[in-house]
Amino acid sequence: MNLDSRIPSGPIEKKWDNCRFDMKLVNPANKRKYTVIVVGTGLAGGSAAATLGELGYNVLCFSHQDSPRRAHSIAAQGGINAAKNYQNDGDSIYRLFYDTVKGGDFRAREANVYRLAQISVNIIDQCVAQGVPFAREYGGMLANRSFGGAQVSRTFYARGQTGQQLLLGAYQALERQIHAGSVKMFPRREMLDLIVIDGVARGIVTRDMVTGRFEATVADAVVLGTGGYGNIFYLSTNARNSNATAIWRAYKRGAAFGNPCFTQIHPTCIPVSGEYQSKLTLMSESLRNDGRIWVPLKKGDTRPSSQIPEAERDYFLERRYPSFGNLVPRDVASRNAKMVCDEGRGVGPSGFGVYLDFADSISRLGAETIRERYGNLFEMYDLITGEDPYTTPMRIYPAVHYTMGGLWVDYRLQSTIPGLFVIGEANFSDHGANRLGASALMQGLADGYFVLPYTIGDYLAQSKPAKADANHAAAREALDGAGALTRKLLGVKGKRSVDSFHKELGKYMWEYCGMARNEKGLEHAQGKIAALREEFWRNVNVTGEGEEINQALERAGRVADYLELGELMCLDAYQRRESCGGHFREEWQTPEGEAQRDDERFSHAAAWLYQGAGKTPERLVEPLAFEYVHPSQRSYK
Amino acid sequence: MKIILHVWRQKGRDAEGKLVRYECPNVSEHMSFLEMLDVLNEDLTARGEDPVAFEHDCREGICGCCGFVINGVAHGPMPGTTVCQLHMRHFKDGDELYLEPWRAMAFPVLKDLMVDRGAFDRIIAAGGYVSVSTGAPPDGNALPVPKSDAERAMDAAQCIGCGACVAACPNASASLFTSAKVSHLGLLPQGQPERHERALGMVRQMAIEGFGACGNIGECEAVCPKRISIENIARMHRDYLCAAFGERPHGETGSAG
Repeated sequence: MNLDSRIPSGPIEKKWDNCRFDMKLVNPANKRKYTVIVVGTGLAGGSAAATLGELGYNVLCFSHQDSPRRAHSIAAQGGINAAKNYQNDGDSIYRLFYDTVKGGDFRAREANVYRLAQISVNIIDQCVAQGVPFAREYGGMLANRSFGGAQVSRTFYARGQTGQQLLLGAYQALERQIHAGSVKMFPRREMLDLIVIDGVARGIVTRDMVTGRFEATVADAVVLGTGGYGNIFYLSTNARNSNATAIWRAYKRGAAFGNPCFTQIHPTCIPVSGEYQSKLTLMSESLRNDGRIWVPLKKGDTRPSSQIPEAERDYFLERRYPSFGNLVPRDVASRNAKMVCDEGRGVGPSGFGVYLDFADSISRLGAETIRERYGNLFEMYDLITGEDPYTTPMRIYPAVHYTMGGLWVDYRLQSTIPGLFVIGEANFSDHGANRLGASALMQGLADGYFVLPYTIGDYLAQSKPAKADANHAAAREALDGAGALTRKLLGVKGKRSVDSFHKELGKYMWEYCGMARNEKGLEHAQGKIAALREEFWRNVNVTGEGEEINQALERAGRVADYLELGELMCLDAYQRRESCGGHFREEWQTPEGEAQRDDERFSHAAAWLYQGAGKTPERLVEPLAFEYVHPSQRSYK
Repeated sequence: MKIILHVWRQKGRDAEGKLVRYECPNVSEHMSFLEMLDVLNEDLTARGEDPVAFEHDCREGICGCCGFVINGVAHGPMPGTTVCQLHMRHFKDGDELYLEPWRAMAFPVLKDLMVDRGAFDRIIAAGGYVSVSTGAPPDGNALPVPKSDAERAMDAAQCIGCGACVAACPNASASLFTSAKVSHLGLLPQGQPERHERALGMVRQMAIEGFGACGNIGECEAVCPKRISIENIARMHRDYLCAAFGERPHGETGSAG
């Protein structure tokens, strides 16, 4: 198979216009005759389902939560980027494009990134019109802040709850369509398989999480907006129920998986406190605008922070990166925090933490200003740790936050299975090997509001799919398979809980496929994961029955998939013999310890094609051409 | 420390439920309340018993999935806190805690501590939005919004839809939830064209779902993890009354012609 990225012709600023003009349109009167399945109701899925409903398609929308408003987009704190240049500080579509390509360490598709930057301005307008209560200046204009590595103020925000407000905007638009009857909502349904008929995606198999009933639903196209797979690490900033099952089962039906090893480790999270820990809480990186990161100069310095004099502190980011200081991109900040902790200079009971100190900002700006900017974050920190960040520096440590990898899609967001579209974090595009802060919300909404609704129309207009039948042999086979897998999980009746397998897998992933990777470790991890998978199917204990609410069963299915995906992530990391962005191979670093790309051999996206159980998947390659932003060694000095 | 739990166990929607006693012997003060339940569930699994079903997702107090009643108080003893953010350092060794699901006719119990809050979605669907389709709205700065209005709208918009307000209300009213959305949109210029219809539609739906009326008791505000103010309920009532008495009924259009 060849990967055809379908990048439109013409200069980069005309590509999206050209593409939109080239696309076939569905006659408005015919739109209701097309049924589209949307799985997931986060920023991408929710906005897509609402918009497709507005356009007149017959939309069936599925979510594993009780309400579309619960999707994990809701937890995004910091903001959303847009190239509005409201601050007159030199921002432009081209600059946002440039920053995103560079921030992604030259592993994203230029045409996609440019389109994302173009659309960013429409997103803000749309959300304002919906009544999203963005922060305002006294004159009533929209406020901006600079965010994570950007030298312009292009981030729009709603206190520390930007994701919540944007998601509620999309959710309300979706509820409006549900009320109008154009979208039918199926909450508490987990997608367990993709139905592929004659090589084309035609439906999904779901399990009703209340009754345990399996259902096959057919349609003319399927859209996955099911988020990322950071939870494979067990501890991450993802919501506990975020999972990879939808994209993983689609992968096993033939959708190639792009750059699975590209994981983002976020530098500012609350450190782990014990074995029982269930998740890690992010502290928005907007805090880095006013907080200074430091550790003691000396190893093993256990004095409380207040007793360490200025001269014995190491503000290591300011020291190493004088021009960007505490605002270096996430991958750089995370790696440096790990480095100082590995040197034995970490703080807190575990030694895996660094200080994020607001004392200087508070004395410069006053506690009131700091409270206005970060009040809810400080409160959250206090709730979790019992420490007051107004008087004691926060302790932070990196944690898994986002996955840049995902199902491979072309410029039109279609996977390698015709009729299967993938949007938001679930796809692999746009962020390359590292995502910049405040860009995830932008991409989710760009895909859902403004890209997919056009491109799916072109697919539907051209393919004129025949009506699918839920009794088709392929649908029956998928339905029976999902039931059989569930019975198998319930039937093992072993000794170990699902969570214990998940925790063990997470430790391997964090140790060998986390912030730093090397050949030996990755080989070792693949063996460990294979052995753990074998034990899982022999010794897992899933209590309860299938025909009821069974949270252990839900988790078991997801962990079974992680046990396969983990191996693929390690394989991808192993094969990518270079460092780029969040993928740091210890063998490839500059003399200063920065990621060393190998553009000659690895200026491409890797997409893995499933070959069957127990077989090594095929590694396909999409070469990346950089015509506008010339690849250079990223430097934040 | 050791904590004794009495947890509401109910197999399904129509099954009978009862409180069951469990001991949690090694609770660390740094655990969240849900992490204590995770540990309990691991123990139950090891013993071959059915783990306690409870809803949770983000575990950082924003998704609104979690919530149950602890010793009669929705989300437990700490103000402004969801149970996922409630840490065990606020309890002491030997504490005996009774955990029950939200109790309201409009929130049927699904299993153990899980309830069905679909009624909230239907209230939003009855008008909790600005009717603007995706397209090309005016520039974001075309319509200035006074900072104080944006701030007050944001105060109301913070509602996470957890349902604690309903559980705490003696009338099981959803007034705080509904009014938070009525206020959020009613305070902004974007929400003005549909302001009255929104109040009518959402209040009507609240009654249809079987939520009670507001009796100005204020329990809802006291337990709200986002500290949504009951001032919003007053605003909703004002909008509703204006709409009911002052406005043309919905569907009646202008003169023929």
